[in-house]
Amino acid sequence: MKGKSLVSITDFSKNEILRIVDLAADFEANPNQKLLDGKVVASLFFEPSTRTRLSFETAINRLGGRVVGFSDSSSSSTTKGETLKDTTIMVSNYADLIVMRHPYEGSARFASEVSSVPVINAGDGANQHPSQTLLDLYSIKKTQGTLNNLTIAIVGDLKYGRTVHSLLMAMSHFNPVFHFISPIELKMPDEYKIFLKNRNIKFEEHIEFGETINEADILYMTRVQKERFAEPMEYEKVKNAFILKNAMLSRSKDNLKVLHPLPRVNEIHEDVDNNLKAYYFQQAKNGVFTRMAIISSILGVK
Amino acid sequence: MELNKELKVSAIKDGTVIDHIPADNLFKVINILGLHSITNQITFGTNLESLRMGRKAIIKVSDKYFEDDEINKIALIAPQAKLNIIKDYVVIEKKVVEIQDEVIGIVKCFNPKCITNQEHIVTRFQLVDRENVVLKCHYCEKVTMPEHFTIV
Ligand SMILES: [Zn+2]
Repeated sequence: MKGKSLVSITDFSKNEILRIVDLAADFEANPNQKLLDGKVVASLFFEPSTRTRLSFETAINRLGGRVVGFSDSSSSSTTKGETLKDTTIMVSNYADLIVMRHPYEGSARFASEVSSVPVINAGDGANQHPSQTLLDLYSIKKTQGTLNNLTIAIVGDLKYGRTVHSLLMAMSHFNPVFHFISPIELKMPDEYKIFLKNRNIKFEEHIEFGETINEADILYMTRVQKERFAEPMEYEKVKNAFILKNAMLSRSKDNLKVLHPLPRVNEIHEDVDNNLKAYYFQQAKNGVFTRMAIISSILGVK
Repeated sequence: MELNKELKVSAIKDGTVIDHIPADNLFKVINILGLHSITNQITFGTNLESLRMGRKAIIKVSDKYFEDDEINKIALIAPQAKLNIIKDYVVIEKKVVEIQDEVIGIVKCFNPKCITNQEHIVTRFQLVDRENVVLKCHYCEKVTMPEHFTIV
């Protein structure tokens, strides 16, 4: 994995994914390891994303590395018209690793091709956000004890949600059963269903929660956004059908955990927060350990 | 007869005849093959009648033989193109074009949010469905369908 960019979750093999997940557990047990002494990591956020940036920068600091960079493009040279190519080449002359967030899709792949140092994609538009996926997998492993043979219900915007698609691809290594719960307008695109069929992975599609909650080991919630509907009336019809309330968990499995990539709006009612099955805040915390694992693996110090 | 009309565009002694190009794509084919910047003798005809295609175009390039890699670049916009390789006025070989598994620098990505539509980046696609000619962008990972092909 040393020297390898992480642009898309498919860049990492099953074994590499497992290695990151195991390493994240190591870092959680021992979070301050000065493995990056003398290393400089560039954190290039061409669009603001405070949550992701702080998670990466915390990971770098806990590893004892230094951070240079910018937190939105108004403070960067791109406002002076510099191309992504030029910025990337310049920064790769200074730093040992680039962490990049960019509004355009494919930007991280392109940057990884012109950079002389590895690039970690911290989100390229609606395309990929692989560190989110790896932290989701770490959260699943940590709460279930395994990644294998789990029943995973994914709820909400399955059409546009990039975290959902990456999660599906990554979990496909581990023989899961999927339940897709979404409004018809936002159902899972055919290309992902074909991907699952080709790998003999079972999935069912639903237009409401129904009994599925009671079979799941993981309930992965995402937000249903009004802007995704061509007809506002269609949104009004379905908007309450995909909100999780505490009472709905009463007959769920003991090991069930509710995950959400955050930020949430109203798709998980606040009365779920005190349920021990609510895991989304710990999930966010796992992001720091997972990113420590990713960075130290790519820099070859672990 | 169709054959006679083709001959009227003028026969060549040595070189390549590219036939069955959709008339609307003639100049795109010329661009993709770089024919606008070579010094060989070139004749072309367009809006010729074709029973199969309606209106077609034909290009004759003297003293030029294309590599497969080179000629296959036109397959996306002229999938039915047929090549006649000519030596001393005789057709010595016929070829058809085939879409490459990787399509580089020919079509634009249909995704307006793709980085290749923002900066000067050579586009690159994988052919993910040969039958329906579906291209997946190497950068943004979105697919572009034939009805949305725009030549770079
Ligand atoms: Zn693209």
